[in-house]
Amino acid sequence: MAEQLLEVNDLCVNYKVYEGLLRVLNGVSLSVGSKEKVGIIGESGCGKTTTMKAVMRILATNAVVPSGTIAYKSNDLLKLGRQELMRLHRTSMSMIFQDPTAALNPVFKVGEQLKDIVRYSEFTSNAPTKQEVKTKAVELLKSAALPEPERILDSYPFQLSGGMRQRVCIAMSLASAKDLLIADEPGTSLDVTIEDQIMRLLKQIVEDRGLSVILISHSIGAVKGFVTKLYVMYAGTMVEEAPTDELFSNPVHPYTQNLLKAVPKLTGGGVPEGIAGRIPSYLTIGDGCRFASRCRSAKESCHVHAPPAFDIGNGHRVACFHYGDI
Amino acid sequence: MRRATSHGRFDYRKSWHKFSRNYLSVVGLGVVLLVAFLAIFASYVTLYPSHAEFYVNFPEAREPPNWAHLFGTDQFGRDVLTRIVFGFRYSLMMAIVVLSLVVAPGVVLGLVAGYYRGGKVDMAIMRTADIFLAVPPLVLALSICSVLTPSVFNAMMAVSLMWWPWYTRLVYSIASSLRNEAFVQAAEIAGASPFHIIFREILPNCLGPILTKMTLDAGWVILIGASLSFVGLGAQPPTPDLGTMVSDGAKLLPEQWWISIFPALTIVLVILGFNLLGDGVRDMFSAETV
Repeated sequence: MAEQLLEVNDLCVNYKVYEGLLRVLNGVSLSVGSKEKVGIIGESGCGKTTTMKAVMRILATNAVVPSGTIAYKSNDLLKLGRQELMRLHRTSMSMIFQDPTAALNPVFKVGEQLKDIVRYSEFTSNAPTKQEVKTKAVELLKSAALPEPERILDSYPFQLSGGMRQRVCIAMSLASAKDLLIADEPGTSLDVTIEDQIMRLLKQIVEDRGLSVILISHSIGAVKGFVTKLYVMYAGTMVEEAPTDELFSNPVHPYTQNLLKAVPKLTGGGVPEGIAGRIPSYLTIGDGCRFASRCRSAKESCHVHAPPAFDIGNGHRVACFHYGDI
Repeated sequence: MRRATSHGRFDYRKSWHKFSRNYLSVVGLGVVLLVAFLAIFASYVTLYPSHAEFYVNFPEAREPPNWAHLFGTDQFGRDVLTRIVFGFRYSLMMAIVVLSLVVAPGVVLGLVAGYYRGGKVDMAIMRTADIFLAVPPLVLALSICSVLTPSVFNAMMAVSLMWWPWYTRLVYSIASSLRNEAFVQAAEIAGASPFHIIFREILPNCLGPILTKMTLDAGWVILIGASLSFVGLGAQPPTPDLGTMVSDGAKLLPEQWWISIFPALTIVLVILGFNLLGDGVRDMFSAETV
C-alpha cells in the first residue's frame, strides 16, 4: 500500500436548519495515497461535495462536525489553525469547482485573479517581481492548454467560453495544488465534447505532475478511464470501495449493481429502468442502512442497524449485511 | 465574443451609452453639474455677493421679483437669487461631508458582518444598525441637534450618525449572498486571507449599488439638512442656507411669497437632480441583457 496522503475516518457532518438537524454525512471513510487517482460516484445530493468541502474546510457556517478525523500529511485538518490551513491551501491542495463561471470573480480580469494566486503559491519565501509572476501565470495557462495566454490574462471571465473558463480554473488550481487536486464534477456544466477534452487534459496534467487526485462525478463513464480506485456514495455513506476494474466486473452492493445497470448502452436494450425511489430525507433518516428503503433485498434487520464496511479481499470493501447473497 | 475595445480598461463610451439611454439621467447630471458650478463660483456668478453675509438695506426690503432682483429681495433687502446660489454651497457641503463620513465605516461594517454571517460579529453589528434604523431618521437627527448647540457642523455630525446603518445593511445583504459564491470559496481554498476576501473579492462586487445609493442619498441628505435648518437646528442666520431661508420667509407668507417659495423650489430641483442622476448611475451598473 502506498503512503497515505489523505485519510478521512468515520466523518460525520450535520447541518443545523430551521426544521432540525440534517444528518448528511454518516461515517464516511476514504483514503488517498500519494499520486493515487481516486474517484467518488453517487447520485446528486448524496454528500460527495459535502465530503470534499469538509476536507477543504469550506463547509457552510451552519455545518457541524460531531465526529470523525481528516488526516492530511500528518496534520489533523479539522483541528488545524487558520494560518496553518492557509499555508496548506496555498502550497499543497486545491479544488476545481463544478461551475467555472461561478468560480471566477466577475469583476476582475483573469490575469489579476491568477497572478494573485501565483504570488502567494509559487513564491512563498521571496517577493517576486511582476515579470516573474506573469511568466509563471502564462506558463500555467499554457499547461492548461489555453491558446494565446497573454490575451486570456487580459480578459474578463465573461469574455471567455465555458471550456476556456474551466481551463482557467484548472490553471489556477495547479498553482497551489502541489500534492492533492480535488475535481468536483469538472465537466458537468460543459457540453459533452468539451467535457471529454477537459477530462483528458486533467488526466494528462495529473500524471505529468504526479498529483494525487479525487475526482467526483455522477457520470460513471467519465471516471472509468481515469481513476484506479473508486468509492460509491449513497445518502451520506460510503457503500462500496474497490479498485476500478474490480468494481465494474464484480459490483457487490445492491446500490452499485443498480447504478451500473442504469447506464444506457449504445448497443441497444432500450432505456434502463433505473432505481426506484429517491434519497431519503436527511432530516428524518433513521439508524438503519440508508439504502434499505430502496433495496429489493432488504430484510427487517437492515432497517434497524447500519451495516459496517466488510472487507472482502482485493481492497474491496462493502457496507451491506447481505453482500454474499445478492 | 465581445469586441476587442472592451478589453483591458473601463469602457467609457459603453458606460455613457447605458447612462444616457434614459434622457432624464442626462437632465439630472446637468442639474447637478450646474448646481456644483454655481456653488463653486458663487462669488463670480451672482450680482450681489455681499448679500450672502451680514447685510442690511431696508429701503429695498421685500421687493417682489423684478429685473434687478429676479427672485425679489427678503426682509433685510438682500437679493434672494444671490443667497440661493450661496445656499447651494451649504447644501453640497452637507452632502459631501456626510457621505464621506458615512460611507466608509458603513460599508466596512456591512462587509465584515456579511463575511462572518451568522456569528457574533454579525449579530453585534447588524443589531446595532437595527436600533439606529428603528428610529425615524429626522427624529433622531432632531434630538441629537437639540442637545448640541445648533450649527452647520453639528447638523452634519447628527445626520452622519444616523446614516451609516443604511450602507451597512445594503452591503450586508450583498456580501452575505456573495459569501457562499463559488468564487469566494475558490479564493478560500487558494489560501486567501479574510482581508483579501473581504476587500478584493467581495467589495468590488458591491461597488455598483454603493455608488448608486450614494448619488440617491446626496439628495436625501440635503433634504434632511434643510429640514434641520428649517426648524432652526442647522445653519444659523445670516448663513445663506436654503432651509433657513424657507423658514425665514415662511413668516411672511402669503404676501411676500418669493422669499420662501424660490428657495423651496430650488431644494426640490437639487433633490430631483440627484435622484435622476442616481437612476442613471444604476442603469450604468446594471448588467446588459445579453
